[in-house]
Amino acid sequence: MSERPVVEIRGVTKTFARGNVTALENIELELHPGEFVSLIGPSGCGKSTLLRVVGDLTPPTSGTVTINGKPARQAREDGDYGIVFQDSVLFDWRTVAKNIALPLEMLGWDREKRKARTEEMLDLVELRNFADHHPWQLSGGMQQRVSIARALSFEPALLLMDEPFGALDEMTRERLNLELLSIWEKLGSTVVFVTHSISEAVFLSTRVVVMSPRPGRIAGMVPIDLPFPRTVETREDPRFFELVTQVRELLRKRGEHLLPEEAAELL
Amino acid sequence: MRRAGLVAAVVLVLAGLWELYRWIWTSAGWTWPFVVDNTSMPHISTILKAFGQPTQVNQPTLINLLLHKALFTGREAVVGFALGAAVGFLLGIVLVHSRLLQRGFLPYIVASQTVPILAVAPMVVVWVNPKLPTGLQGWGAVAVIASYLTFFPVTINTLRGLSSADPRALELMRTYAASRWSVLWKLRVPASLPYVFAALKLAATASVVGAIIGELPSGLQSGLGGAIINFNQYYSFEPQELWATNIVAAALGILFFVCVVGTEKLVVRRAPENAG
Repeated sequence: MSERPVVEIRGVTKTFARGNVTALENIELELHPGEFVSLIGPSGCGKSTLLRVVGDLTPPTSGTVTINGKPARQAREDGDYGIVFQDSVLFDWRTVAKNIALPLEMLGWDREKRKARTEEMLDLVELRNFADHHPWQLSGGMQQRVSIARALSFEPALLLMDEPFGALDEMTRERLNLELLSIWEKLGSTVVFVTHSISEAVFLSTRVVVMSPRPGRIAGMVPIDLPFPRTVETREDPRFFELVTQVRELLRKRGEHLLPEEAAELL
Repeated sequence: MRRAGLVAAVVLVLAGLWELYRWIWTSAGWTWPFVVDNTSMPHISTILKAFGQPTQVNQPTLINLLLHKALFTGREAVVGFALGAAVGFLLGIVLVHSRLLQRGFLPYIVASQTVPILAVAPMVVVWVNPKLPTGLQGWGAVAVIASYLTFFPVTINTLRGLSSADPRALELMRTYAASRWSVLWKLRVPASLPYVFAALKLAATASVVGAIIGELPSGLQSGLGGAIINFNQYYSFEPQELWATNIVAAALGILFFVCVVGTEKLVVRRAPENAG
């Protein structure tokens, strides 16, 4: 752990002027190369806000974010991270291949290079036969795979994922969890993954960061020591259940002041 | 093919209703809301026959005459449409980037459309005609008048369409540190196209109407506008000639509309509405 962290979050506080809400309070977090870190917590705990601060999509009220040793803004402008939202946000007027190539166009890659990389990415997410389809011809899960391929196309060191599988059905979600892990193992990128599913967080991560709301704080960390590669059987491993329970306990302890429906969403 | 058959069937039914109405009103002797006779409602067959006859001795047939006039008016309308669409689109792009300009200019753009085109047309002729090279004299000014009708819906819908880009897509572009220019061409403009084409369909028919009306104060005799004024004067003797002219004018408008719809099908790749 002596190498330079990919992400350093130092004393980040975020208050929204409207309603005087403290979304994040004094967050301290470091991510090391190759880590897969999930942020979990009830709605309103600021986990998505934290991700947006890391991506320089919203500025922190105070504190600093450093990515690859650079301020977050510089990192965004240098294309240091790829992002996947809950909705795939694909451009309807572009084919699957052209959607994946979008960031490459923005980076000014020439046509040949774009084509070669796009084909690699299509293979990676197993959508080669759908290259010339339009997004609206694909299922939700396939759309999200295109979105992941787009985020990874320019090989960013960091991948930010904001509840990427939140809108998908359970079966699709579990299949995409496995696919995401195999891609992550292949590419070795660092991942920040926002979710409100405990089992998803435990299954995917090397570390789970539990957050509590009002104000958004880090309530605790759970290192996940499940062996890789993780498979369908991992979910039946007794250790998996222990870790799920551990995360749930942390959420519950910090969640005593939660509204009942927020608690219900988590437990 | 089925589509064409349907269109033909509708035309036949409408023609049938026209003749049925004539027959009922003349045989019953009804005079409300107007007296039906060969002047107020000529037979369809009379109108169709008129196409094949010369309007004056030793002159070309009416259809021949009208097609030439339609070509003349069509040229004005095409240029007016292109001019209006271009101006409207650029205006939309400029306005979407500045709240201030939008607030300042939009009311005047709206106001411009409340001024009747018949009042604007003579001024345009006086202002524009002297500046035009000889090849454009006369009809060029009419094209400008037509563009006055077409730019407006295009401006309004371009503005709306450019603002319709998904906020998350804009955010995605931000993560790529995309320039304003890239955001415009890769996101805002493609997202605006369904709106722009909706406006272009309006503009297509409006440009034909604008061209016809524009010919009136210009005193041009070579187009459909001139023909309408002319045949209007002889309506009580030869009503079928004005009706024939109307049919050609409508056909020209429909042709324009169909061209825009065809272009839209080629350009806009979008989910079918019901597929969400």
